[in-house]
Amino acid sequence: MSGGRVSSILKRVYVGLILLFLYAPIIVLIVFSFNASRSRGRWGGFTLSWYAEMFRDRQIMGALWNTVAIAVLSAALAGILGTASAIGINAMKKIPRKIMLTANNLPVLNPDIVTGVSLMILFIFVFNTLRAGSLGFLTMLLAHVAFNAPYVILSVLPKLSGLDPNMYEAALDLGCRPAPAFFKVILPEISQGIISGVVLAFTLSIDDFVISFFTKGPGFSNLSIIVYSMARRGVNPKINAVSTLIFVTVMLLLALVNKLNGEKLKS
Amino acid sequence: MRGRNIKKAAYPYILWTALFVIAPMFLVMANAFSAADGSFTTANFARAFEPIYLAVMWRSVELAAVCTAICLLLGYPAAYFIARLRLKSRGALLFLVIVPMWMNFLLRTYAWLTILEKNGVINSALEFLGLPKLNLLYNSGAVVLGMVYNFLPFMILPLYTVLEKTDGTLVEAAQDLGASRAGVFFRVTLPLSLPGVLSGVTMVFMPAVTTFVESNLLGGNHFILIGNLIEQQFLTVYDWRFGSALSVILMLIILISMGAAELAGGAGEET
Repeated sequence: MSGGRVSSILKRVYVGLILLFLYAPIIVLIVFSFNASRSRGRWGGFTLSWYAEMFRDRQIMGALWNTVAIAVLSAALAGILGTASAIGINAMKKIPRKIMLTANNLPVLNPDIVTGVSLMILFIFVFNTLRAGSLGFLTMLLAHVAFNAPYVILSVLPKLSGLDPNMYEAALDLGCRPAPAFFKVILPEISQGIISGVVLAFTLSIDDFVISFFTKGPGFSNLSIIVYSMARRGVNPKINAVSTLIFVTVMLLLALVNKLNGEKLKS
Repeated sequence: MRGRNIKKAAYPYILWTALFVIAPMFLVMANAFSAADGSFTTANFARAFEPIYLAVMWRSVELAAVCTAICLLLGYPAAYFIARLRLKSRGALLFLVIVPMWMNFLLRTYAWLTILEKNGVINSALEFLGLPKLNLLYNSGAVVLGMVYNFLPFMILPLYTVLEKTDGTLVEAAQDLGASRAGVFFRVTLPLSLPGVLSGVTMVFMPAVTTFVESNLLGGNHFILIGNLIEQQFLTVYDWRFGSALSVILMLIILISMGAAELAGGAGEET
């Protein structure tokens, strides 16, 4: 009896240690973003000055703006493109459907670094052919839509397959035109799939480093690229502040997705 | 007629996929097989098999394998213990395992820099205790640590999914028939969890073999993996043809390991 209790305590300690391993670095990162001493090992008192300095840093603020702009635009574009194509794919016969789904999975399965360099080659190939243009905002946006859209399709498709096709037909038979029939009948049914797909796309876009790294232009970077280039020069408390901010944002978004999914389960 | 009209909704995306998924792959292939003057060659691939580059590829596969093995050894007991808990605590613990996955992996890697560096948390603690400082950064140990940290949840999750579904009556039957605890584990629980082991191994090995961030931030500039080699070819050396050949090889490594996992999974289902 007591042997069982000891082993159950040991099991809990083991799981606790694994969680400690997973969380310690994140906690250290957040705690030291409030540390007044520049030396990381020592606690020099509470301060918000790294946050103030972060907000004054034009490079960081520019990159923050780029990250948010690319995330919003790419999520919106991926939402439209992904929803339209999910509706189309859903109406396809078995074989073309299978081909489309395989092509759709390609960016999901391909290593990020290969996706990144292949898009970089494509963009520069096009620029060289046109003898104009350079890597920058547009290329990074296109690259983000390219890796985001498959996730929107994957989250909208299950909603569509659960949809009764007779509903849309009935709306048309009752004299509704195709466009209003789509907005009044299909869209409300699949809206939750679209929203969670778009939020996932937004989160993935904010989270991306590798693909952005290869499609960024001279003078155009996002937050994760700035963090990478600063981190290569060593630790900088400003990065801790930026990281904490990103972490909190992603957590809030995740809570939002969770809430949406929870409501969907209830209904 | 209506069905055909609906299908048209996918046409823009078919064009998009052709442009931004298929065309880039063709361009990588075209680059990998072309010489400086544009003629066909396999020289880029031959170069990848020169001893220095073979050593880089071997090191990448080796480190990814070490990282996968450590993740399996650390993750299996954790998944097993969590799966045996009460339903309520199971959900909470699983959530705690998932949360760090949603933090940017670049930041998670950077966090270790704060802990391991010369004036970092560990060395400050050692100094406080009057012990000598250690060189914890810029070696293969730091790179493996960074990888294990980043990919451990990818191992725990599939293992947990399988272990949670394991039929408890089979374990009881084995116990009733007189099997020892080790016997129950090695002859019932472990074989039943092999699909989870397999998908965990795949989910850790793939990103570990393609990464260039952990090696660059925690391994320093001298520590080169195949990901770093590809990055250098495209962004510092500008040898796209060699970089493309390396990318093709990396895709082949991934395809081969996915195929191997599929084969192993198929063989496991038959027995």
